[in-house]
Amino acid sequence: MAETDFLSGGLADPVLAGQSAFRAIMQAMAEPGTVQAVADCPTPPSGLSRTMAAIATTLCDADTPIWLDVALANDPQVVKWLAFHTGAPVTADSGAAMFAFVSDPSSMPALDRFAQGTDTYPDRSTTLVLAVDAFDADQPLSLSGPGIESTRRFAFAPLPEAFIDQWSENRARFPRGVDLILAGPEAVACLPRSTRIKSGEH
Amino acid sequence: MNSLDAGREQVIATYNFAYLDEQTKRMIRRAILKSIAVPGYQVPFASREMPMPYGWGTGGVQVTAAIIGPDDRLKVIDQGADDTTNAISIRKFFERTTGVETTTLTADASIIQTRHRIPETPLTAGQILVFQVPIPEPLRFLEPRETETRTMHALEEYGVMHVKLYEDIARHGHIATTYAYPVKVEGRYVTDPSPTPKFDNPKMHRNPALQLFGAGREMRIYAIPPWTEVVSLDFEDHPFEVQAFERPCALCGADDVFLDEVITDDRGGRMFVCSDTDHCNTRQAEGHAGEQEA
Repeated sequence: MAETDFLSGGLADPVLAGQSAFRAIMQAMAEPGTVQAVADCPTPPSGLSRTMAAIATTLCDADTPIWLDVALANDPQVVKWLAFHTGAPVTADSGAAMFAFVSDPSSMPALDRFAQGTDTYPDRSTTLVLAVDAFDADQPLSLSGPGIESTRRFAFAPLPEAFIDQWSENRARFPRGVDLILAGPEAVACLPRSTRIKSGEH
Repeated sequence: MNSLDAGREQVIATYNFAYLDEQTKRMIRRAILKSIAVPGYQVPFASREMPMPYGWGTGGVQVTAAIIGPDDRLKVIDQGADDTTNAISIRKFFERTTGVETTTLTADASIIQTRHRIPETPLTAGQILVFQVPIPEPLRFLEPRETETRTMHALEEYGVMHVKLYEDIARHGHIATTYAYPVKVEGRYVTDPSPTPKFDNPKMHRNPALQLFGAGREMRIYAIPPWTEVVSLDFEDHPFEVQAFERPCALCGADDVFLDEVITDDRGGRMFVCSDTDHCNTRQAEGHAGEQEA
């Protein structure tokens, strides 16, 4: 890979592509467990998924410290690409990050290692962006809460370790807690902290 | 080149799409996502100066500018009407800065920016209702200090609001609050529905549309996601009830809508008509008539 490859791969029309990516994320956050297509993604280095890159360029900038998991932080092309295309400072302290990018959810730190917000400012919590392979898996989840008419079946893979237990602890911290944006292949789904999750088996 | 491209070409010479710069949009978008994740909680945001005075909907305009895209169709209402100064100004602002199509038909709009009403026509999934909010803090007139109201929200300490409603009953025999009637969102945050008449409060409950609230001067954004529980505060022996009107709309005969009083002469003449102009016009086009038209 050439030394300056990180300069390329941005969006041809960042204004309108950012708007449509944001609307997909907002719709996914408003209706947890629905999968929203992200049509116009950037072309980042191979270590970063295209959808994750779209989320980063849409939401991150110099005002938002970001945390990268080991695989991303050790990929100099990814680090340079994110620095050039978003300007976001990278932090090693997961509790200080506004956004955290996780390329492998199955080996990620516990959800309570990230910023949870405070009782007076619950918005000051980390938004986690997880790269997922697919939104259909044999471990269906049953979602309920705001944005869901009654219950909604939803699945994604890979799951973070002991995800259902971790999530019920996250839900118990409400209004504190983290929110998840799941970056699948050219599509996003969200799990805001307000969502209740049960195993969909029964 | 279609008309939308031509429109963009003209406006982009001077302004970014939808007026705001991209960094401002990202900041507002991040606040919107957090507001959706914590329904009813007021997220602080770095509100910008807009080319209109505070009180004219700068919060709603900033929210709309951060979410609107070329595929949207925008409707703007002021007290239910599409044809009043504030509604026309804001609609023209977005026509000039985005080139998007606008409409007055509730059912045709993807984004509806509103000042103080929720349309009578039920909203559908996928629609977004953007409220212009003057005072986002429901406790503000009971406790002026932001540090205190913030702690009260953190501790879920809302007794003072019930005392206020009780004092209404003690003084007037009923809950006399008729607009900005406080609601509890998803059993957690007491929230100001903006100064909509309490007639509209039941429409917020489990509404399939996304409801976003922007307060420009007060620098707060909050949200009610689709299908969220929104309960108007009340007492067992004084349950919440909406306004009832003695007569139907004088123009379209509707009897289940919020009416405005219109003075017609200087001898006490008056009529009551739908506050929602689109709803009234649609009903008249369908052949409904009130006493004025009969």
